Amino acid sequence: MRDAQTIVAEMASERIQLVIDTCLLAGRIMIESGSEMYRVEDTITRIAHNAGVENSVIYTTPTGLFFSVKGSAVSELRQINSRTINLEKVQRVNTLSRKFAEKQISLRELHDALEDVDQNTPLFPLWLQFLASVVVSSTMMILFSGVYDWNDLIISGVIGGLGFLANYYINIWTRVKFLSELVAAFLVGFIAYLAVQLHLGQNINNVLIGAIMPLVPGVPLTNALRDMFAGHLMTGTLRALEAGMTACAIGAGIGLAFRIFF
Amino acid sequence: MTIWMELIVQTTFSYVGTIAFAIMINIPRRALNACGWCGLAGWLTFWSLYRIGSGRMVANVMGSLVLGLMGLYFARKKKMPAILFNIPGIVPLVPGATAYQAVYEMVLGSVSKAAIYTFRVLLVAGAIAVGFMLTSLFSEITTKIRQYRTSIKP
Repeated sequence: MRDAQTIVAEMASERIQLVIDTCLLAGRIMIESGSEMYRVEDTITRIAHNAGVENSVIYTTPTGLFFSVKGSAVSELRQINSRTINLEKVQRVNTLSRKFAEKQISLRELHDALEDVDQNTPLFPLWLQFLASVVVSSTMMILFSGVYDWNDLIISGVIGGLGFLANYYINIWTRVKFLSELVAAFLVGFIAYLAVQLHLGQNINNVLIGAIMPLVPGVPLTNALRDMFAGHLMTGTLRALEAGMTACAIGAGIGLAFRIFF
Repeated sequence: MTIWMELIVQTTFSYVGTIAFAIMINIPRRALNACGWCGLAGWLTFWSLYRIGSGRMVANVMGSLVLGLMGLYFARKKKMPAILFNIPGIVPLVPGATAYQAVYEMVLGSVSKAAIYTFRVLLVAGAIAVGFMLTSLFSEITTKIRQYRTSIKP
């Protein structure tokens, strides 16, 4: 025979479990989508606070996060395997957390909505992303080269778009880290070399600078330094390391293409 | 090319380029236009300061400061996180191309050039981060002033 006390205790522990699950899910989505760490910690603490758990402890790294409640024996860990930039997810988690704070949705609804965000956040269609990478390549080529090299505008954009597509498809096809960047950069270098040989482009340096813009990790690198300045030394170091590895893969890919064809 | 033509090209290209990058990292649709304005403001600040000879560091700090302030403004206006406007906005400023050049020179064996580029990457990225630090300082100060005002009113 279970008395009322045990039932109440069971319900309380179930609720704590749901709070932990929700907090860790929100944190995982935000870290995977490239949010700043202070925002992740802030959001998780707020969700826990609004769910009635006052003394929560959170420890975040880019490869995993811990959540625990002070004074109780529970402590859970989630692993994070992919780190991309998808700011729509950050925005949705933020909105949901605000709604939960204003008591428009319950904890269970928050949890289900977060799972929906994790699974079903729409991306822009691939052709639009391809077009965007073409535009990024050609505009940034003009801005960075500083010489208004109009002859290479179109070819730089086209090669940049092809590099983006290569990166995209290789990422689907293989799980090997940094391989997609390496192969995409190799292709970019190879096509740029061919284009200059066939007189479609003129200055190979300008073409390359534009064409690798969709691949280079400038934004992750700057974010890593921002994290470091904000006091998240661990996050900053890991993100900077990942950005550096990506830069190495791209440089190695282009260098390889040049070694073979020049 | 005259200075006005250059200004027009820099303005339109930074605006369009920022929006295109925003599409690549999946920014919500209703934030796209604001992202473009942020990128434009940051890049024009950088470009004009760099043109009048302020040096790379100062230009980058000021560029990211202006961009961060624009981001704060849009974040308050549209009730979205500021990061949504900052991240696409810094794309024209970030040293991605320099990072690639550093590794490229390393692969080709010219170590001294690689060292110069690596150093420049760190300086520029650091400068941008300092600019954002100043932005968050500014937002803290304004919040404090606002709190102070509301506390004396009644």
